[in-house]
Amino acid sequence: MSALDKDTVKNIAFLSRIEVADEKLEPLAQDLTKILDWVEQLSEVDTDGVEPMTSVAAQTLHWRQDEVTSGDQPDLVLKNAPDQTDHCYLVPKVVE
Amino acid sequence: MTKLTNLTLAEARDGLKAGDFSAVELTKAHIDAMEKHKDLNAFITETPELALEQAQASDAKIKSGDAGAMEGLPIAMKDLFCTEGVRTTAASRILDNFIPPYESTVSGNLKKAGAVMLGKTNLDEFAMGSANITSNFGAVKNPWGENVGKDLVPGGSSGGSAAAVAGGLALAATGTDTGGSIRQPASFSGIVGLKPTYGRCSRWGIVAFASSLDQAGPMTKTVRDAAIMLQSMAGYDVHDSTSARVDLPNFEAALSGDIKGLKIGIPKEYKVDGMPQEILELWKKGEEMLKDAGGEVVDVSLPHTKYALATYYIVAPAEASSNLARYDGVRYGHRAEGELKSLDDLYMKTRAQGFGEEVQRRIMIGTYVLSAGYYDAYYAKAQKIRTLIAQDFEKAYEQCDVILTPTCPSEAFGIGENEDDPVKMYLNDVFTVPTSLAGLPGISVPTGLSASGLPLGLQLIGRPFDEETVLRTADVLEKAAAFSAKPKMLEA
Repeated sequence: MSALDKDTVKNIAFLSRIEVADEKLEPLAQDLTKILDWVEQLSEVDTDGVEPMTSVAAQTLHWRQDEVTSGDQPDLVLKNAPDQTDHCYLVPKVVE
Repeated sequence: MTKLTNLTLAEARDGLKAGDFSAVELTKAHIDAMEKHKDLNAFITETPELALEQAQASDAKIKSGDAGAMEGLPIAMKDLFCTEGVRTTAASRILDNFIPPYESTVSGNLKKAGAVMLGKTNLDEFAMGSANITSNFGAVKNPWGENVGKDLVPGGSSGGSAAAVAGGLALAATGTDTGGSIRQPASFSGIVGLKPTYGRCSRWGIVAFASSLDQAGPMTKTVRDAAIMLQSMAGYDVHDSTSARVDLPNFEAALSGDIKGLKIGIPKEYKVDGMPQEILELWKKGEEMLKDAGGEVVDVSLPHTKYALATYYIVAPAEASSNLARYDGVRYGHRAEGELKSLDDLYMKTRAQGFGEEVQRRIMIGTYVLSAGYYDAYYAKAQKIRTLIAQDFEKAYEQCDVILTPTCPSEAFGIGENEDDPVKMYLNDVFTVPTSLAGLPGISVPTGLSASGLPLGLQLIGRPFDEETVLRTADVLEKAAAFSAKPKMLEA
């Protein structure tokens, strides 16, 4: 595994929607590279023909009736909103 | 009479029933202890008024013969369980003002059983850590620190819960375990910590870290207490599709003290390089104790053990990156201050300010291993190795009924140690992570003291949904080990 460069880390940060200051990119790249180098050991395990585990519990999901079970509580839903008006969340202007 | 804060859950239950003291007296004693030991920083939010209200109600119920299984017993709640009307932070700045309008299933179950909630305990931010040093509300001190004259970590992520129980601030506490977050702090703090089988307790209303691994469990002073508390926490829940539709046995009744003929597996792969001699010796002692009690010791092999930690550090961050995408500064929680140019700007600044360093690191690792071009090399590969790890256990259980290992490769370390290198910190969980990846029940039992006088735990791992055998064996081990050492702070 080659080391992550600053541009790659910048892109990962954007995909994660976390702002990272330019001067922090380099140390972060080193940190992440160290972790990725360490997990690289997994490549030595032979996994040919092994099914990936998608559920740890050996069970199938149950069906239920497709019906409304709760809702119509806009005040409760919005109780923790940082900014709101008329039962709507407020965000910065996205369309000019 | 024993100090009320020194009682076990079982003793307090029986004392309440016999009328030796009231729930209000019991609760007050613990509120006083919390007040006196604020320096441990075990709680993020204390709820003494609510606790006294609940205790009064419990006294009335006990009087009218209407008591629940946990009636009037003051416990602490890890601040990862949503509690209606009580701030729930996950120890993160991004949730520091969040007051849930609903109750998690597990905390609700405990409430229904009559438990009194003393407050919400500190933890690593979003349960990501093994030392309780990543909390936005400061590090937690291990009550055992005074014994060795320095500030020690209580382990993590359920560090506040462990400190509260070990320090006599709560009779018991809830924890959650994703890769060892109940068992490792239990070992570091000299208490019992049980991670049930995945699906035994509902995850509904628990702030999610890694959904295929997260599991709630009790942290208590004794194995019996763990059985009592699990009984009230567990059960099928319609709100969690992964909660198991299996019968709930009577866990306390499983403590028969009889393990004659039970096959105890010793996995050779857990003898890792650099493990302290005293932990190897303790493990051997545990083996002897179970043998003396009639157990049969058999060697088993879990060949993929050495890959478990690296597998975990792909799977858990991947799930975390997805789960934590919900913190966007729009619907609840922290929102970035200052001028925000766009919606992306709002997201990016909110998350940069709201998440601590370790959480950011794990979100980015998770995002990377799930990203186009890397998914197969990392995530799919890890999911396959997870299958192999689970198969190792299945094969081992053809030869044995329960597996005995150390809980941790070390005793509690000092606050500030092991912080320079994330991978070094991750090694704390080397013995607890495989169990989590396989979804199995595991318990840590305090079994001995290290040379420096700090508690060390042994771990028992069982078959899926066989908490009964785990608890029964743990009870025998606990009695044989007769661990009676206490933190010095309890003497005052």
